[in-house]
Amino acid sequence: MGFRFSHLFSSLIKSLRDISPIVVVILFFQLFVLDSPLPNVLEILSGTAMVVLGLSFFVMGLELGLFPIGENLAHAFANKGSLSALLAFAFCLGFGTTIAEPALVAVAKEAADVAAQARHIDNNADSMAEYAAGLRLSVAFAVGLAIVIGVIRIIKGWPLYLIIIGGYVLIVILTLFAPQEIIGIAYDSGGVTTSTITVPLVTALGVGLASSIKGRNPLLDGFGLIALASLTPMMFVMLYGIFY
Amino acid sequence: MTSWLVFFETLFGTLGDIFPIVVTILVFQYLVIKRPLHQPKQLLLGTVFVILGMVLFLLGLEQALFPLGESMAKQLTSAEFLGIEQPENYQVSEHWMAYAWIYLFSAAIGFSTTIAEPSLLAVAIKANAVSGGAVSVGGLRISVAFGVAFGLALGSYRIVVGDPLHYYIIAGYVLVVIQTLFSPKAIVPLAYDSGGVTTSTVTVPLVTALGLGLAEAVPGRSPLLDGFGLIAFASLFPIISVLAYAQITHYLARSTLSGDEDEI
Repeated sequence: MGFRFSHLFSSLIKSLRDISPIVVVILFFQLFVLDSPLPNVLEILSGTAMVVLGLSFFVMGLELGLFPIGENLAHAFANKGSLSALLAFAFCLGFGTTIAEPALVAVAKEAADVAAQARHIDNNADSMAEYAAGLRLSVAFAVGLAIVIGVIRIIKGWPLYLIIIGGYVLIVILTLFAPQEIIGIAYDSGGVTTSTITVPLVTALGVGLASSIKGRNPLLDGFGLIALASLTPMMFVMLYGIFY
Repeated sequence: MTSWLVFFETLFGTLGDIFPIVVTILVFQYLVIKRPLHQPKQLLLGTVFVILGMVLFLLGLEQALFPLGESMAKQLTSAEFLGIEQPENYQVSEHWMAYAWIYLFSAAIGFSTTIAEPSLLAVAIKANAVSGGAVSVGGLRISVAFGVAFGLALGSYRIVVGDPLHYYIIAGYVLVVIQTLFSPKAIVPLAYDSGGVTTSTVTVPLVTALGLGLAEAVPGRSPLLDGFGLIAFASLFPIISVLAYAQITHYLARSTLSGDEDEI
């Protein structure tokens, strides 16, 4: 599949449709609820145009680049038959994409603020930076571990819901023991770790693996990596809060 | 107007984000799999498109929608809008109109940003292809968006009344477990995944501004203790709404024509 300008055009129309609800919501609240004029109409228009163009390029890039890359890797690993190489790759992908994730950097900083205010750590820049760095490391480790467990699950064909429900039970137990201030941040951390570039890649990897292994169903076995990657960070942030 | 400096800042930020991914893939491709990439030109073009797309998307959001959305969240949670003159004898119930607008704003912003979320779009495209069209791209995205909308409205309500976060989340988990038992099995992994993909580029910054603003404004709430949790709501409720969507379509398909048991 190559690149054609007709793709760009139809993609632009779709992106325009995808972005229009945000524009409607913001206009409605600005003009009717807050009763204020619209500032910098030109900037808003040009910004919205950039969003539409960006979304179109992203979607085209998915089909041309990220999806094939993830699937090719999955097929190559399945043909090579080396489980340890696949698991090492899975861990590196999870760890590598999470450690640099800007949303995680922000969450770790907030967590350090909270811990300092609650007097769990000294209220100075050094101990807060140390706390935040340790938290980032443990969340990145949690995501790496999640992808490894998820890949093993796809290979073995274990039902996802048993692992997820087990995870929920663990989270509930950890909630009882975790310091109160960390709970909100821990629960939020599950949602922020999976970035826009990781999601398509990991999804393509899972679906690719499930379709190259005999007896696996891509829909039933291929999805679930993201779910695991959103679950383990919650546990690890609470564990970090308990033991730090 | 966006200056080149901001453009390059965003470009390098995005490149920094994907650098570990590129290194991991190349190392394993050439050192472990030891086979050249299939169609390298197309993959490179695709990767360039993804990066260019992300940069334009982020720049456009920063320029147009985030400042407005954030100032809106601040205005809606300001003491003036909420009618807080004397914090001592402030009754939330006396100003229910203002709070109704906040819940509506949370739901509307949650719904609309989820529809525009690139990673959800990616998962929906993949699910559609894998299921042979049984899972529709639009249907999945709309049911996830309803989940996020409900989650954010409920999450804002929780901040206002000050209930402990974990009661809500644990109740949500129980609901997910019950739904899992009664849902068509094929949809369950996709539903679980849709919890994690809803909150990334677009939703997180706006939602954070809303949560912290609300916790700061309402008397008796602390931003540190009560301001968090909205993202958790926005990641939990899509699981519930996608499972519900699957159950409803499954039920309808079965009651109209009792043949296609495998349809989702």
